[in-house]
Amino acid sequence: MIRVVLPPHLRTLAHVSGEVQVEVPGEVTQRHVLDAVEARFPMLVGTMRDRGTGRRRALVRFFACEEDLSNESPDAALPDRVARGEEPFLVVGAMAGG
Amino acid sequence: MSGVRLLVGTRKGLFVLTSDAARKDWKVDGPHFGGWEIYHANGSPVDPNRIYVSQSGGWFGQLIQRSDDGGATWQQVDHDFTYAGEVGDHLWYDGTPRPWEFKRIWHLEPSRTELDVVYAGAEDAALFKSTDGGQKWVELTGLRTHTSAPKWQPGAGGMCLHTIILDPVNPERIFVAISAAGAFRSDDGGVTWQPINRGLNSGGIPDPDAEVGHCVHRIAQHPSRPDTLFMQKHWDVMRSDDAGDNWREISGDLPTDFGFPIAVHAHEPETIYVVPITSDSLHYVMDGKLRVYRSRTGGEQWEPLTVGLPQEHCYVNVLRDAMAVDTLDECGIYFGTSAGQVYGSADSGDTWQALVSDLPPICSVEAQVLP
Repeated sequence: MIRVVLPPHLRTLAHVSGEVQVEVPGEVTQRHVLDAVEARFPMLVGTMRDRGTGRRRALVRFFACEEDLSNESPDAALPDRVARGEEPFLVVGAMAGG
Repeated sequence: MSGVRLLVGTRKGLFVLTSDAARKDWKVDGPHFGGWEIYHANGSPVDPNRIYVSQSGGWFGQLIQRSDDGGATWQQVDHDFTYAGEVGDHLWYDGTPRPWEFKRIWHLEPSRTELDVVYAGAEDAALFKSTDGGQKWVELTGLRTHTSAPKWQPGAGGMCLHTIILDPVNPERIFVAISAAGAFRSDDGGVTWQPINRGLNSGGIPDPDAEVGHCVHRIAQHPSRPDTLFMQKHWDVMRSDDAGDNWREISGDLPTDFGFPIAVHAHEPETIYVVPITSDSLHYVMDGKLRVYRSRTGGEQWEPLTVGLPQEHCYVNVLRDAMAVDTLDECGIYFGTSAGQVYGSADSGDTWQALVSDLPPICSVEAQVLP
């Protein structure tokens, strides 16, 4: 299972607290993890990625293992520790605004 | 009548204010959807317990919430506002073409007669319709693909469709207004549209009386006179008595005719309200005084309403969707400010009281009379 930490607003929308865990079939990539999160929590469709283009929303960041993976290819493999469930994949609201 | 409910959309959440029919003591509930921008919340005329909310933010985009119990509980409904078909270009601020890009929903307008029918006005300007209570949205493409659309340009707040009026007599007639394209009317339920901007004169565009390009801020209508429309434009307060075919200026003796909201008294179709602000570069009320101006003559002659409103050191604005009236026998009128105050009058504007004072900046106010 892949561990995912959602930002507070998205946890509220998804009616969850704390981490969520999702099953990711195939290679553990950003795209597949987000697909799995959206499949389990359809209310989050469009909140992390643009619904039409699939691109990351401008003020959303993806972190894991103390690395900013936001600008990596969505089809690149995530770190092994994320794939093994040892570290979470973090969806983060960027520091911006007030 | 048991009371009034106000739906107050703010930069940081939705607040719900309720009172009995006396409208003296108000209960404040909220924030709902704390931290999110609530551009608009609006209830169904068919059932006031059906409420739709536009919930958006720069981080996570646009959502729509719906309540079927007057705001006690909420359910997230569909928020897919994908433009249908080919996405054309409009003009950007610098005059270059720019593709339509969805940003948010500014206004939600539930049907007067069908509980599950609701319209949504978008930025970039487009009109969407749902016939199932928001579970699915479909764009009425005739507006965005109008032949004039490549010449539409955003106002400072974005290219937003902010006003939707569903004609109370002719079910096929819809009015909308877009900043900064102007006003449009459909007489076939939203399939085709025509600009209705004849008589508008806007100094900020190259051709002041162009067919489109006007920064219309708000349009209001009294249900008993559906062909009479009142408009607060960027500058100028305007009136039409032929469903928008022709407009004439009614700014009259207003101290300034720049402003955003305009409202019509619930029982007096010639009584209208505006909140003038200083200018296009000074978006706050004049001389530090918060004054609502009322005309009982359908325009031209205006009187300042000041009793109960701050008359010194006040530098707030009132946005276009932030003024509403109720339909109790003695008409109530309400507005919210950029500094988070909601003011209300239970006597057609003669006297005012602050209903709540320290909310986040207010985007919208709607009033519901509860059975």
